[in-house]
Amino acid sequence: MTDGHVLEDKSHFRGVWVFLEHRKQGLRDVSVQLIGEGRRLADLRGAPLTGVLLGDGVDELAKYAIGYGLDRVLVVNDPILEIYRSRPYAQVMAQLIRRHKPEIVLYGASKNGRDLGGRLHAILETGLAADCVKFDIDAEGNLDMIRPSFGGKSLAHILCKKHRPQMASVRRNVFVAPPHDPTRTGEVVPEKVELGPSDVDATLVDFQEFTKEGGLRPEEAAVVVSGGYGLGDPKPFGMLQDLADLLGGAVAASRKAVDSGWVPKMLQVGQTGMTVRPDLYVAVGISGAVQHLAGMQESKKIVVVNLDPKAPLFEIADYGIVGDLFEVVPEMVRQLKALKAAAADGRTTVPATVQ
Amino acid sequence: MRVIVCIKQVPRAQELQVDPVTQTLKRVGVPSEINPPDANALEMALRLKDHLAAEVIVLSMGPTSFDESLERAVAMGADRSILLTDRILGGSDTVPTAYALSETIQKIGGYDLLLCGEETTDASTGHVGPGIAGHLDLPQITYTSEIRIEDGKVRARRTAEDGTEWWETTMPCLCTVNFGCNKPREPTLTGKIRVERGGVVTHWSCADVGIDPKKVGLFNSPTIVAKVDTVRLPARAGRIFSGEPEETVRKLLDALIADRVIVP
Amino acid sequence: MERFDAIVVGAGPAGSAAALTLARKGFSTLLVERGRAPGVKGMFGGRVYAWPLADLLPDWAKDCPVERSVVRENLAFLTENASLTVSLDSPKLAQGRGTSFTALRAKFDAWLAKKAQDAGAMLVTGIRVDDLWREGGRVKGVSVAPNDHVAAELVVIAEGAAPTLMRKAGLRADLEPREVSVGIKETVELPPEAIQDRFGLGEKEGAAFVYAGYASMGLRGGGFLYTNKASVSLGLVVSSEDLSRKKIEVQDLQTKFRMHPAVQRLLRGGKVVEYSAHLVPELGAGMMPQLSTDGVLVAGDAAGFLINNGYTFRGVDLAMASGIAAGEAAEAARASGGMTKANLAVYEKFLRARNVLTDLERFRRAPLYMKNERLFDVYPRMLMEIAERMYTVDGSGKERLFDVVLDEASAAKVPKLKMLLDLLQGARSM
Ligand SMILES: Cc1cc2nc3c(=O)[nH]c(=O)nc-3n(C[C@H](O)[C@H](O)[C@H](O)COP(=O)(O)OP(=O)(O)OC[C@H]3O[C@@H](n4cnc5c(N)ncnc54)[C@H](O)[C@@H]3O)c2cc1C
Ligand SMILES: Cc1cc2nc3c(=O)[nH]c(=O)nc-3n(C[C@H](O)[C@H](O)[C@H](O)COP(=O)(O)OP(=O)(O)OC[C@H]3O[C@@H](n4cnc5c(N)ncnc54)[C@H](O)[C@@H]3O)c2cc1C
Ligand SMILES: Nc1ncnc2c1ncn2[C@@H]1O[C@H](COP(=O)(O)O)[C@@H](O)[C@H]1O
Repeated sequence: MTDGHVLEDKSHFRGVWVFLEHRKQGLRDVSVQLIGEGRRLADLRGAPLTGVLLGDGVDELAKYAIGYGLDRVLVVNDPILEIYRSRPYAQVMAQLIRRHKPEIVLYGASKNGRDLGGRLHAILETGLAADCVKFDIDAEGNLDMIRPSFGGKSLAHILCKKHRPQMASVRRNVFVAPPHDPTRTGEVVPEKVELGPSDVDATLVDFQEFTKEGGLRPEEAAVVVSGGYGLGDPKPFGMLQDLADLLGGAVAASRKAVDSGWVPKMLQVGQTGMTVRPDLYVAVGISGAVQHLAGMQESKKIVVVNLDPKAPLFEIADYGIVGDLFEVVPEMVRQLKALKAAAADGRTTVPATVQ
Repeated sequence: MRVIVCIKQVPRAQELQVDPVTQTLKRVGVPSEINPPDANALEMALRLKDHLAAEVIVLSMGPTSFDESLERAVAMGADRSILLTDRILGGSDTVPTAYALSETIQKIGGYDLLLCGEETTDASTGHVGPGIAGHLDLPQITYTSEIRIEDGKVRARRTAEDGTEWWETTMPCLCTVNFGCNKPREPTLTGKIRVERGGVVTHWSCADVGIDPKKVGLFNSPTIVAKVDTVRLPARAGRIFSGEPEETVRKLLDALIADRVIVP
Repeated sequence: MERFDAIVVGAGPAGSAAALTLARKGFSTLLVERGRAPGVKGMFGGRVYAWPLADLLPDWAKDCPVERSVVRENLAFLTENASLTVSLDSPKLAQGRGTSFTALRAKFDAWLAKKAQDAGAMLVTGIRVDDLWREGGRVKGVSVAPNDHVAAELVVIAEGAAPTLMRKAGLRADLEPREVSVGIKETVELPPEAIQDRFGLGEKEGAAFVYAGYASMGLRGGGFLYTNKASVSLGLVVSSEDLSRKKIEVQDLQTKFRMHPAVQRLLRGGKVVEYSAHLVPELGAGMMPQLSTDGVLVAGDAAGFLINNGYTFRGVDLAMASGIAAGEAAEAARASGGMTKANLAVYEKFLRARNVLTDLERFRRAPLYMKNERLFDVYPRMLMEIAERMYTVDGSGKERLFDVVLDEASAAKVPKLKMLLDLLQGARSM
């Protein structure tokens, strides 16, 4: 199965590919973001940018995707590929890569992107860098794949010099989505790939979509109020919502709060959740594990409320309050409300609590 | 039923340190632990063992200092453990690692379920599990939080970005297990006694397994770490207030207003 | 099911000595310690009277982690701001079976446990034994969790002062406040040279202090200070009944004690690096729990083997000696056919042979005697004032010593007869 591309001459590997993830007839945002970065890299290499779209009846989507900056889209339509399935997707990708020999293949560092990339890189015996946040082309023309390492304390430059294609997965929301140009033209190339029912080795028997009732999405909010395991149970999140409402922001959470079942998975900030960069990130009862920092350390201002003055999150705080969140948060709500009321009355000071 | 759990020993999360000279993780003298998601995978296996007649084998690839974690796994309830250890494996990236582990799994043979963690805290790629499945051409279900064996089939709950999926597949198969999906048990006295009696960790070299030396190690890894930059995080004011909430909150809000982050 | 001849619970001095003795006598022995390592859960430093070691390990001095050999004993009486110290300097203190040394528990306990391992015992750490494991009413081993039992003919309970297993085994009731003292200990770091200078010691020499009077602010109890290599162990043992009656926090007492000029002087510039608090059973021989039953022996603090008579504080030596006696009793019981209650009753004989019970009985009045608060409050103050007046020359005319004593006695409002009785009682119990 392996073909170990240990190469003398790498010149016949050309072009940049992006693996396009789709859902409900639309591209996922990480895939769109990838097209933008892929375009830049393809231009640097003087090579075409190709999207790869696997699905069932996705020709229209392929045409639409070109508008984001692709030169062409390879499309494989098959009922087996309607939803993402590890083995058939990996088989098809492996065949396409062997057939067309791209120089670079990019995936979203999503669950499915990693599931696919991890399987594929072993089959193809080539390098795959996970969770990249930046790319460059080095002097020899190799892709310099830059990813956070050691818990975000440093950035590692990963090179894959002898093997092709060079593959990388890309973290969501680090690259800006390019604008869509409906007039852009490109080729939609249908590909024939061997697939039989025996390739379906796993079935999806149930799917429960995550829902988030209304409200602002943390990724889009200017203010994020995030709660952690220190909240103790789901109830105090109501208090965080009050605070977020006053600040015009959204509520998010640490993984431990999510894993405890207190808030939906969609609200998880961190390495394995979302990355947010709001103007203000208020972390309440969150200790600050490296995996959490990975998702919020680029916030413009960071405020930390924690009982434990040694909580690592204080180290990257602009402002911190050492105190009990059950006292501090209600007081924040009270003073903010008072400020609002005062501003409405034209006053500027907050009245003290009446005791 | 035979379950093989792949575990890696990693430096404790709080104590990740980079050697300024070699730009690699310092591993000597740093307290270690079982990679946390792998501990969840092991717990998953042990729970299956609690209910079914399952044999749980723990597999790791690394230096002999990894014995510590393998022994802990046995003390927690695994039946035995295997350490693939060989100098020529040093510096392997995920491709040789997945290859070498696959070969070792085949040498063990007779397996029904392979479990990995979702990712390691030191490399954090999550590629080794799917890589093993790719090598062995097995069905894979990644990011699972619950696994049931029903009618000889595996049903697993997978957490994807936008929802929870239940997958069904045949055995043998590979699943990767989410960090935090269960609470790994503590070692038992009986388990620790077994460890003390010895012989719970079997060491295999590449030659023992039949691993091709030309496919493993630093030089046969497709990727190299060319350099590591330290991240310069933006300077932060770092003003920490403590005292009465009324006072600390007032100071905080004053500061945020002064910074024009909030406008009253 | 894992199976041993004997399981010892707790790798303190009692447990390790028992495991070592049992292993030597051919018992397959398991020593279980709940701490990450032996000694980490125990108190940090203290003084060990070495005599049981001489029996257990004749070569002990070769590698025993001794901090300093005690060559100077001090008994100090404190009032609020003054002190009177009686000091004994004698080469005899550091010779022969009577020798004593200071040690750090983390090192000492680890060393002794290692000796037990070397003798063939298996040591398992990080496991807390939850209960004795019984089947059909008989003790069959120990139990950690519902599915985690290990079988043994004999269980030696050496769990220390908190009688969890003892209670579960029905071998003793909960300790009453009057039966326990609270021990508190701080480790104060100081450079070795500073220690040698301040205490007038050689490089390997150490000093021990016992403090009475203001150290415990008049509560029943006292203070101690031991010099280690590069630190000083400073602590108090105070009646927990008195603490709760007077509503005093032991930490506050300790701080006041540390700040006392006489103590402060010795610790200047030192840094408190460790702090721990612990129960001290003050049972006395009269309140001894059951020491053996079917398949069970009890050793060390768990059995209340502790002597605190005001000028010496002995626990570790009695713990080790009782551990040895437990091993000897097991051997004798095996020879008589098994670990039955009747066969194990020989334990008492072996304890007596090692003077554990004998010493306890000799001092059995000490706990009662120590109920007398005057000893911790009135008398030290009186003594101090006598000394102060003796040594004060201010031109106001010198009194005769006898007059001074009588004066002080009446000032302290203790009837002379009572004083006499106290003294007699004291002399008898010591
Ligand atoms: C592979 C992997 C991936 C991961 N991905 C992520 C991720 O994407 N996102 C993420 O967040 N984590 C992630 N984690 C988990 C991460 O390592 C931490 O376990 C997690 O972030 C801890 O969450 P926490 O800070 O809420 O909880 P804790 O670490 O338990 O901290 C709770 C904090 O609350 C404070 N507190 C308690 N009570 C109060 C009170 N009354 N008032 C004020 N403060 C109080 C405590 O002092 C403490 O600091 C991942 C881990 C692994 C292994
Ligand atoms: C402040 C203070 C100062 C002292 N100073 C001195 C001194 O200077 N000289 C002196 O001779 N004595 C001193 N003592 C007394 C001495 O510490 C004890 O008498 C002695 O340690 C008793 O030994 P032991 O082995 O019985 O118990 P411990 O030393 O208490 O050992 C018991 C061991 O059992 C373990 N254990 C308990 N329960 C379990 C369980 N369920 N499962 C597994 N393991 C368990 C514990 O972790 C511990 O390691 C002092 C005591 C105090 C409190
Ligand atoms: N050296 C190793 N030995 C055994 N298992 C490993 C090793 N490296 C990775 N794994 C397994 O693969 C998973 C993913 O690792 P990674 O791809 O490094 O993030 C881990 O959670 C382990 O289950």
